[in-house]
Amino acid sequence: MAPFKHYILVCGGTACESSQSDKIYKNLLNECEKHGCKESTQIVKTGCFGFCEQGPIVKVLPEDSFYVHVQPDDAKEIVEEHIIKGREVSRLLYDKRKSKVRAKIEEIDFYQKQFRVVLRNCGVINPEDINEYIARDGYKGLERALFDFSSEQIIEELKTSGLRGRGGAGFPTWMKWNFTKKVEGEQKYVVCNADEGDPGAYMDRSTLEGDPHSILEAMTIGGFTVGADYGYIYIRAEYPLAIKRLKIAMEQAREYGLLGKNILGSGFNFDIEIRLGAGAFVCGEETALIRSIEGERGMPTPRPPFPATHGVFGKPTVLNNVETWANIPVILQKGGAWFAQIGTDDSKGTKVFALTGKLRNSGLVEVPMGTTLREIVYDIGGGIANGKEFKAVQTGGPSGGVITRDHLDTPIDYEHLKELGSIMGSGGMIVMDEDDCMVDIAKFYLGFIVDESCGKCAPCRVGGRTLYNILDRITKGEGQLEDIDKINAIGHAMQKASLCGLGQTAPNPVLSTLKYFPEEYKSHIKDHRCPSGKCKKLISYHILADKCIGCGLCARRCPVNAISGEIRQLHSIDQEKCIKCGECYDVCKFDAVYVR
Amino acid sequence: MGKMSLEDLRALREEQKKNLSRRSVENKDVEVIVGMGTCGIAAGAKETLDAFVRELDENNLVNVRVSQTGCMGLCYVEPTVEIVVPGMPDVIYGKVDAEVAGKIVRKHIMNKTLVNDHIFDRPAADIVEEGRKN
Repeated sequence: MAPFKHYILVCGGTACESSQSDKIYKNLLNECEKHGCKESTQIVKTGCFGFCEQGPIVKVLPEDSFYVHVQPDDAKEIVEEHIIKGREVSRLLYDKRKSKVRAKIEEIDFYQKQFRVVLRNCGVINPEDINEYIARDGYKGLERALFDFSSEQIIEELKTSGLRGRGGAGFPTWMKWNFTKKVEGEQKYVVCNADEGDPGAYMDRSTLEGDPHSILEAMTIGGFTVGADYGYIYIRAEYPLAIKRLKIAMEQAREYGLLGKNILGSGFNFDIEIRLGAGAFVCGEETALIRSIEGERGMPTPRPPFPATHGVFGKPTVLNNVETWANIPVILQKGGAWFAQIGTDDSKGTKVFALTGKLRNSGLVEVPMGTTLREIVYDIGGGIANGKEFKAVQTGGPSGGVITRDHLDTPIDYEHLKELGSIMGSGGMIVMDEDDCMVDIAKFYLGFIVDESCGKCAPCRVGGRTLYNILDRITKGEGQLEDIDKINAIGHAMQKASLCGLGQTAPNPVLSTLKYFPEEYKSHIKDHRCPSGKCKKLISYHILADKCIGCGLCARRCPVNAISGEIRQLHSIDQEKCIKCGECYDVCKFDAVYVR
Repeated sequence: MGKMSLEDLRALREEQKKNLSRRSVENKDVEVIVGMGTCGIAAGAKETLDAFVRELDENNLVNVRVSQTGCMGLCYVEPTVEIVVPGMPDVIYGKVDAEVAGKIVRKHIMNKTLVNDHIFDRPAADIVEEGRKN
């Protein structure tokens, strides 16, 4: 077969796929067929490029042209102009100004401060082709584990690397493995926790979609180290693409003898099974996850005993999160010392964040531990969109808290985030601007907890509901000053008395917003005012007499006909009828509508 | 392929690395740029491009990136190809057919010697400047 002249990489992550990247892929195939360049062009669907804000993304090599916001109809032009005639389609390039002297991918600000270990293959290889994974030093870590190291040495490498659990708690991975390894003469298991459930977080999904073999390789290494011959991947059914690619990867690995009996002739047997979760948030908690794998209802059990000694079916089990697993093959391949060079004293390596919210560039980013929030929000994320003011970053999802402007220069690692009353969590990072109301945000997360609490223990079941009701009252302007003390009392009780991590961390969003934005709570309670103009009960829309030109646009757009006025005359809003949808505010071209 | 031994895996990795490195832009310091304007294509630039890709592959040169560009302005000697090798002047070759492409790969890229009779250059900068004034 003649070598290819062009390679077109089409992003096949869920974000790009939902904006029709699959259609783009098919159109590109058709166009290449039509123009007779099918043989000389390889079209590859890859995992997430991470730059989701600009998706769907198509990259053409060897020119390294980075096309963004590509539409299915653009396939024709990409093939006719770029592939056939060798002329870049400049209107689709990320940086159009530089189309003459092309911006290299590494020069795009979004990628400059990033360092990719976990996402090393995402957007580079075809996740459905094991050969491409192997070409990128895939299964080399397994080779070393099986033939160069003893299991003690593997634990030693992990210890040197300083890797800590990426699910959020940051427990040293080597210790976890060592506990399980030390239990003798029993059936053991390894488990991959892919039950990613934080609102706005999709790091694990992208890793599984873009590089499924890295997880299979890592789990096999884990199994060899602790003496387990069977593994489970617990993944939520809402991740169909990740599941499909995992299944393909498992088939290919079995065919190559990288899973199954006598792996690579070493005598070691290992296989993996996928268990689908129904999407209950609590099943991301390890003991609940184990119950769910066993076929029981997903409810947590008290620890100890820990899964390391009493896990799946009561057997010793190593349970790690997707991102933790994804680091393992690299550590074995390049050595623990290499890994330990990245990051800070106590937090080694990198962390993947799903950067979302009011940013210019949202997307999936991987940075060395110790990178500051400012670098992530401004250098990578491009700052706040629409010229608004930065207010806070929410990390750790429903278990985390907010970080304010004063702490933007805090280096991100486990200890620093904890000090600030937030947590690393699994890596969701939601950026908020001046229009976001902190009470409303806290209420949102508590609403999530109320829905997702399994109901087994009272502190979480009753405490969460009570906190939610208090916040609901406050956002309606019916709060009392004593409510603030109540929030603190209930919150701290939940932290101490809840059975599992879900309940223990559930009050974090409200406690941390209360700590950093007490004046917002007070202004809701005392002045019945929402400073961000978010809480509907506390705001009203009005029209400024000196700015309204009487164009009538707001009146036409109002869904409840609450706005009246003669054309070219001042209009007014009937507060009785107004449902505070904000449509008039959005459509007015003269800034005549204001919120009070 | 059936179940693999350690040796099989290593051999497969080496083979696949070669395939993947062709796609990668990292660690490629030599550049072959083929002029693919209408004039170039009419004069056979596509065959030239094919020849380069084939020659590089046969000689296992993984550090070379082959890309395409528009007309270089030397339409009378198409197909034209620019070769960028570190430590050597950037050279534009004209009338590059498949045979010359082979020579360029072996002499210029592999042995760092220029291929005579085919070297052309861009119009001198002062002539371009003059043209703009008129």
